[in-house]
Parts: sequence; C-alpha cells; structure tokens
Amino acid sequence: MAADTARAVGGIAADPERTISGLDALDLGGRNRGESRLQRFWAATWPKLLALAIFIGIWQAVYWSGWREPWLLPSPAEVFANLGHAALTGSLWHAIGTTLWRGLVGFAAAAAIGLVLGIAVARIRPLRAALGSAITALQTMPSIAWFPLAILLFQLSEQAILFVIILGAAPSIANGVISGVDYVPPLLLRAGRNFGARGLNLYRYVVAPASLPAIVSGLKQGWAFAWRSLLAGELLVVIAKRPALGVRLAFAREQTDSAGLIATMIVIFAIGLLADYIFSTLDNRLRRAWGLK
Amino acid sequence: MTSVLTDGVTTGRSNDRPAVSLSGVSKVFGRGAAAVHALDNVSLDVAPGEFVCLVGASGCGKSTLLSLVADLDEPTVGTITVDGGARPGLMFQEPALFPWLTVGGNVGLPMRLRRVPKAERGERVNELLRTVHLEEFAKRRPHQLSGGMRQRVAMARTLALDTPVLLMDEPFGALDAMTRDILHDEIERIWQERNLTVLFVTHNVREAARLGDRIVLLSSRPGRVVTDWKVDVPRPRRIDSPEIAAVAAEVTDRLRQEVRRHGR
Repeated sequence: MAADTARAVGGIAADPERTISGLDALDLGGRNRGESRLQRFWAATWPKLLALAIFIGIWQAVYWSGWREPWLLPSPAEVFANLGHAALTGSLWHAIGTTLWRGLVGFAAAAAIGLVLGIAVARIRPLRAALGSAITALQTMPSIAWFPLAILLFQLSEQAILFVIILGAAPSIANGVISGVDYVPPLLLRAGRNFGARGLNLYRYVVAPASLPAIVSGLKQGWAFAWRSLLAGELLVVIAKRPALGVRLAFAREQTDSAGLIATMIVIFAIGLLADYIFSTLDNRLRRAWGLK
Repeated sequence: MTSVLTDGVTTGRSNDRPAVSLSGVSKVFGRGAAAVHALDNVSLDVAPGEFVCLVGASGCGKSTLLSLVADLDEPTVGTITVDGGARPGLMFQEPALFPWLTVGGNVGLPMRLRRVPKAERGERVNELLRTVHLEEFAKRRPHQLSGGMRQRVAMARTLALDTPVLLMDEPFGALDAMTRDILHDEIERIWQERNLTVLFVTHNVREAARLGDRIVLLSSRPGRVVTDWKVDVPRPRRIDSPEIAAVAAEVTDRLRQEVRRHGR
C-alpha cells in the first residue's frame, strides 16, 4: 500500500507535537534534588570531622592513662607541634617532594605499562591464557618481597624503588583495563559496529570510553599499591643525602623520636587522603555523567 | 483487509529493484548435534519505501535475520543484497545510547565516523533532533531522559547514518502503551517524510498491523517464511481501530497454529 503523504489528524491527539512534549515533561518531572552545594559539603564533612575528633580524643585518653612512657607515645599536642615545626623547615617539604616525585614517576610508568599490557591481554587470546592469572597472582604478591631482588639487581638506587613500584602497581592497572574491556556491553559494540566503527575505530569510539570507569578504578588501586611499595622501598633503600618520607621514618625510629615519627606518618596519611580525594572526584564525575549515581 | 501474497515476493511495485533482498538464506549456529537452525531457506524481498513487519514466536530467528541484513553476521547459506550497497541502520529494543556522550554527541557519532565536518555535523544533529522533537535536549545525558525519549534519540542516531534502509528489532517492546502509540505515529511520519524502507521485527501482532504495509510470519526453529500478508488498511491508522484488530486477529490465529506445532 502506497504511503499516504498527506498526514491527517494523528491517531493519538489533534496536536501530536504537543502530546509528545507533554509526555516528555511528565516523564522528566520531579527529578531535582533540591540540595544546595553547601548543604552537600557539610553533609559529607561533619562525619569526617567527628571521626577525627574521636580519634584524637582516644589518643589523648591513652596518653593520659600512662600506658606507655610519654617519650614513646607523645600527646597529640606534642605531635602537632612537631609537625608544625617541621613544616617551617625545608627538610620536610624536601622529603615530601622526593617521595611524591618518585611516586608519580613510578605510577606514570606503571600506568603506561599496565594500559599496554591490559589491552594486549584483553585482545590477544593466547596472551590472556598465558598471562591472565599471572597478572592477578602478581597483584596479590606483597611488594616488599620484591625488594631483595631489586636491591641485588639495581643496588640501593632509584631504579630499585622504581622497579618495585612498577611491579606493585602495573598488575592492578592492567587488570582494570582487562575487566573494562571484558565488560563492555555487547549491545554497545553491535551499535558501534552498525555505525561503521570497526577495527581500531571501534576501540577508540566504543571500547575505550566504555571501559573508562573500570580503568579509573584500576588506576586508583594501582596508586594505592604504588604508594605502599614506595614507602616500603624508602625504608629499605636509603639513598644518602636524599631526604624522603620513608627515610624520615627510619631515622625517627633510630633516634627514638616518636613525635617526629608520628608526625611523618600523619603526612603520609594526608597524602593518601589527597590521592583518594583526587581519584574519588574523578570517579564521581564519571559516574554522575553516566547516570550511575 | 488483508490479502495473502502467494509467493511472498510480489508487491505492488514489483518492477522496482528490491531495497533488501534475501534469497535462500539459512543460518546455523554451532555444529553437529548441538547445531541450531535459526533460519532455514528464507527468501524475502522488500520494495523501496516499503514498511515490512516480521512477526513470529520466540526462536523464529527474527533478530538473527536483522543481524544478517545489517552485516553484523554472515549467513551460512544464501545471499543478502541491499540495494546500492547501503549500510542499513539498526535499532534495538534497548536504546543502546553511549552514556559517555551527550544526546547530541550520540546522534553525531555515526557522522563523526564518516568524517562529516564539524560544522555540518552540528547542523545535521540539530535537524535530526528536531525530527524527533528533542532539539532542546542536545546537551543532556542519556540517563536524564525517559525511556521513550531515549528511544527517540536512538532513532535520530540511526537516521544520522543517512541510510535508506532501517532495521528495527522490537524497538518499542520495552515502552509503556501510551509512549508506544505515540512512537508509532512518529516512526510512520519519519518513514513517510524520508522515504525509508523499514524492516520491523516485533512479537506484537497489533503493532505489526498498525505499522506494516506487509506482515511476514516466520515459523520457529527453524525460522521459515510461513505467510506474507498485505495490509490494505489506509493510513493514518489507529491501533485501536476495528480494521487493525481484524488484521491482527487473522495473523494471531495463524501464529498460534504455528506455536501449537511445537506442543506435545
């Protein structure tokens, strides 16, 4: 039957366009959250502040109880004073700089290796059979176990630390990539192929963006492993005349400088919080944009 | 209301070259005893500008057939030709929108892959979104829209392929009745305005009667063409009209007969 080009009154309503916009408006109604930015910030912040206050309270109580000598377990006030003093001298910042730089270089190298390895293993079937479970096994291997070998191979050097960071972080990142590629919804692949995205274009326009959330969580985990390996490394691989956070920990222990030791640990913890904040922000943005949150 | 086409090929415009032609197409998945014959010797011609609905019970290979025509899979035997070698656009029951792109980005993607220049692409995206009444939603994300709106975005994105042949795999199956009725009007309008050839798979017989110039019934396991009806109800049609109900009843009777073959 030939198509009637003249379109008379529609089947549903006299004005189909208005029916559609009316339906759309009803469908989208009531989706505002109605919370100000400040309210959300406060809702996320007060539990953290409370937790911090409780922690310091317990610490103070333990200090007062006299469980350990004050020179072994100093009071919070003493530690923060130590931290404040250290922040005024250059050596703490120098140490933070060295450690962060090592961490970032190691993490970047691990990310590059992990991405390439992950894509290769996800794409090439024999490679997956060969390396798939080995990558997961590597991931669970404590990084400190690599140091004796690293020191034999590279002596007490930057390379030894870098070597262990990469071995610690790259498997997590590779695993993130592999699971990202594996869990791309087949329907999106079919759609992409139908639009003419084949071969490399399919990877560029469909597979890569679709695996992004898994890759980000792999990177987040990779950073955690890199950071752990790094601090372990700095305790073992002390390079002369180069202050680093791990070195500060080792020195503080040798000199029984508990306040300095705990102050350095607080710095390490704060950097951990900062890294978590960065990755969480990235992850949240991604999730919000995708409607997963 | 209907007339059965004897050989399943003749149409009112038989002198035209068919837009889509399947001849002796079979598709077998697996080998040996476990092999599944999804399609068996299916021959079907769709004339340019024709709206053909494929109906059948589960396992009749409707979706397989569309995958083959869309060149996402190869037939085991037989040939499929799409006139002019056009790549048909495929739509699914799920909108399959890319969550990392905006609505406009989704619609623009097929053109980006064809390397359409950016300025031209922007204009085309606007035009296509206007076609589906979503021009003010270009910057939204797919998850911010309702199911029906997403399916309209998917429609605009498929139209962005600039293809004369549209393959639709139960595109309205997951929508509520109200939205579905409206989208029937929409797809009919777009089909007429753009002179498209549509191959539309559905298990909803009324939907097939509402939309199709022809209704092709496929049997199940293996999928074969059983009956090919021509729907003579003039457009515009209403899904709740007695004429459409009569066509649907006839198709349903035949479909049930087909289903009973598989009973004990």
